[in-house]
Amino acid sequence: MAHFTKATSVKDWFNQRLAIEKVEKVMGSEYWIPKNINFLWAMGMILAITFALLLVSGIFLLMYYQPNVNLAFDSVNYTIMKEVDFGWLWRHIHGVAASVVFLIIYIHMFTGIYYGSYKKGREMIWISGMLLFVTFSAEAFSGYMLPWGQMSYWAGMVITNLFSGGSLHADGLVEWIRGDYVPAQAFLNRFFMLHVLLIPLAILGLIGLHFASLRIPHVNNQDGEEIDFEAESKKYLAGDKAGSKVIRFANDFMSKDMMVVGVYLVFFFYLVFFNYDFAMDPVNFDPADGLKTPAHIYPEWYFLWSYEILRPFSVNIGLIAFAFAQVIFFALPFLDKSPNTIPASRRGLFKYWFWAMLIDMIVLTAMGKVPPSGVFSTIGFWAALTFIALWIALPFITKREKAV
Amino acid sequence: MKNSSRRGFMGKAFGAVAGVGAVGALYAMKKTWDPLPSVKAAGFTTLDMSAYNENELVVEKWRGKPIFVLKKTAEMVAKQTKEQTARDIKIGDNHFMVSIGLCTHLGCIPAYNPDEEGFLCACHGGQFDFSGDVKKSPPPRGLDIPPFKIVGQKLVLGEVGPEYTAMKENGITL
Amino acid sequence: MKNKEPLILAVVVFFSLLTYYLVEPFAHSQMHKHHESEGFVYNDLPEPTKKGAAEHGKVLAIGNYACISCHSIKVENIPAPMDPASAAQTYGVNPPDLSNAGVVYDAKFLTDLIKNPAHALMVEHKFDPAKGKVHPMAAYAGMGGDLDQEVADIVAFLQSIAVKPEELTPTIAYENACGRCHANHYAGWTQIGEKPQFKKKQDELAFETQVLDYTDALTKYMGKLPPDLSIYIRSRGEHYIKTFVENPQNYLKGTAMPRVGVTAEAAEKVIEYLEDSGDAKRHERESVGKNVMIFIVIFAIFAFLWKRQMWRDLH
Repeated sequence: MAHFTKATSVKDWFNQRLAIEKVEKVMGSEYWIPKNINFLWAMGMILAITFALLLVSGIFLLMYYQPNVNLAFDSVNYTIMKEVDFGWLWRHIHGVAASVVFLIIYIHMFTGIYYGSYKKGREMIWISGMLLFVTFSAEAFSGYMLPWGQMSYWAGMVITNLFSGGSLHADGLVEWIRGDYVPAQAFLNRFFMLHVLLIPLAILGLIGLHFASLRIPHVNNQDGEEIDFEAESKKYLAGDKAGSKVIRFANDFMSKDMMVVGVYLVFFFYLVFFNYDFAMDPVNFDPADGLKTPAHIYPEWYFLWSYEILRPFSVNIGLIAFAFAQVIFFALPFLDKSPNTIPASRRGLFKYWFWAMLIDMIVLTAMGKVPPSGVFSTIGFWAALTFIALWIALPFITKREKAV
Repeated sequence: MKNSSRRGFMGKAFGAVAGVGAVGALYAMKKTWDPLPSVKAAGFTTLDMSAYNENELVVEKWRGKPIFVLKKTAEMVAKQTKEQTARDIKIGDNHFMVSIGLCTHLGCIPAYNPDEEGFLCACHGGQFDFSGDVKKSPPPRGLDIPPFKIVGQKLVLGEVGPEYTAMKENGITL
Repeated sequence: MKNKEPLILAVVVFFSLLTYYLVEPFAHSQMHKHHESEGFVYNDLPEPTKKGAAEHGKVLAIGNYACISCHSIKVENIPAPMDPASAAQTYGVNPPDLSNAGVVYDAKFLTDLIKNPAHALMVEHKFDPAKGKVHPMAAYAGMGGDLDQEVADIVAFLQSIAVKPEELTPTIAYENACGRCHANHYAGWTQIGEKPQFKKKQDELAFETQVLDYTDALTKYMGKLPPDLSIYIRSRGEHYIKTFVENPQNYLKGTAMPRVGVTAEAAEKVIEYLEDSGDAKRHERESVGKNVMIFIVIFAIFAFLWKRQMWRDLH
């Protein structure tokens, strides 16, 4: 049994029982981060802050929300928006954060792709991150059902129909997911459960995994330099802070994180108070009506690129293309055959691949929203083909890359 | 050695027993997600077919889904192909298009244009003719026909009559 | 080493804004027709030529029963001939009380309305006398004098009894212009009036039955039940509502919704009513928003100063 002595201070008392000094070192002051990184490395902290905003605002919404098809719409739009003090604030924060969190996730992802942060021992960082992307998508979709407006209902109808598998015609599976022939009470209730319990639990677990996967390979840096963390941290602790290539997570890196967070929050709260329609679609302020489809049905902006990959094809090919788009990002560390872990700008053809992928996904996003006719339908079709072609080309162009 | 392999075996056996329990629990969880009996039972709608006007689409409701009922005009009946006629429900001398009003692509409700005598789905641009057959993809097949039974001038949705069975066998609807 | 951060920030901002532009302003411009408001001037209607005399208008409207056989005028103590539900069963919709018609509706519109209701209301596609379908409001044929003069007199009378334009409230505007067809349950409004507090369940049920009788008749008259407008300010927005009210045929060709013919001031009041019912906390949102923005900028400045201090000896 461990030996305990009389505590000399409150800190000492805790230290003997919880080893708080050791924990503080491992998690903060001696968690070493490379110095040559830019503000894009603060996206993780921004995501953590946004997730906290979602969690807190969600808790207060949960106090008044009613998961009942007859009450849900008014509990949100009347009770929360009109009656509850600051209810509107929680809802706007929740709605805007749910949208903005995906913007940051995409920036975070493309940062990882650009700097090759998924290679050489960092594969699990990428895979756990992709799992977070999928769970966040499920969380966003289930949450979108809850106000029970027209877009909630029809998005629920269209997305659950995807599970019929086209010609497989698995209506039984669709009805099983819904608990009814159409989205109704059972559907709303179970998506409520998923949104407030099961998926958040999974997200919390995956955030833990994502952080843990960073410990051994360490954070990447903007030059793709392999750093001897042990030697550099000794240098730092010996007092050569300017010469060392590493810095403490807390408070060296943290102070830069918070500076970026400060700028981000200015942008975020501007959206919450003054420009929120992009995140809270006006169509969803009409109550759900199973006998009337809205003139235009589109998912939230962050799903548009994959939705557009589904759209231009006949139903079966569309579903296969859609399934391909959902899983292909997971395989990135294994499709990139290059031996280099350096920024895309120094990687030959991959540089063009990166910008082509980014622009193609933006084109897909734009075409996913506009009506599927005429020239838009054609552009969407070619953009979808380009997306697939880029992924097929990836192993070949990276294989030809010379080691730098 | 013998002991340790025995321990290994017992460990696996214990794992197997726990696995059986997990499968049982998963079964219960799956069944809990099933549609309730009350949901399944509330599935019959009776339509009075003498009350419809020609070329005027009426949207009824069955199992929470919209049901299109279109009484065809004499010209429509005269000009339609054999395939289109096969989809008709005949009550007396009248021909009706009765179908589930959800696009067979992803379940949006197509809108009817009486002048063009066709349906357009706003979601992905699918088109159907006045018999509910596909004119333009992405929908993979014509509008589905709900199970029905003809009782005099009435149509009972949710019950299976001989006409519906015949349509199913001929592959007209799924 | 050269600092690349400004360039990286520019790239991130550029692609974010490009995506935003494409999925919001651009996509919406492709999905929705845009109509500019004419400012509620009703250019298609003729300018009234005669100056009306309110005294004579009163004689025509009340004394000669030109208006009051269907309409109530509460300020003149003239009750409605029927309760709202029976009126709706007779006419399709309850004829409005005329106390404030003179201030809510445009004078040009009123003049044309009295002479030819279906024309002023833009529902001639629905009420075509040639097909035997006549608008339930009978066109005023005159009492034998100069028709234009008589109509001008009636309009002058309606204007004389209405509240002054600056006294027009959002509630008066909404009840007159929208409320007989559109409920607004976030404001406690039904098509037959504000829902009172009931002590007895029976009274409440009786009221609700009346509402249902009314809406049934209305549904038959309009083809479908006109929607509840509780949060139309969020689902449609001010611009759409204004241009729609000005001329419903703009957006929905063949809709049964009539042109309402409100003045620009009355339209503002209707919008205010809809904002109160559907976006009640807008003022709070703006003031809290300003304060939060000020705080967050200060927060960001302090974060910057902290970072600068922490990194002084790291470079």
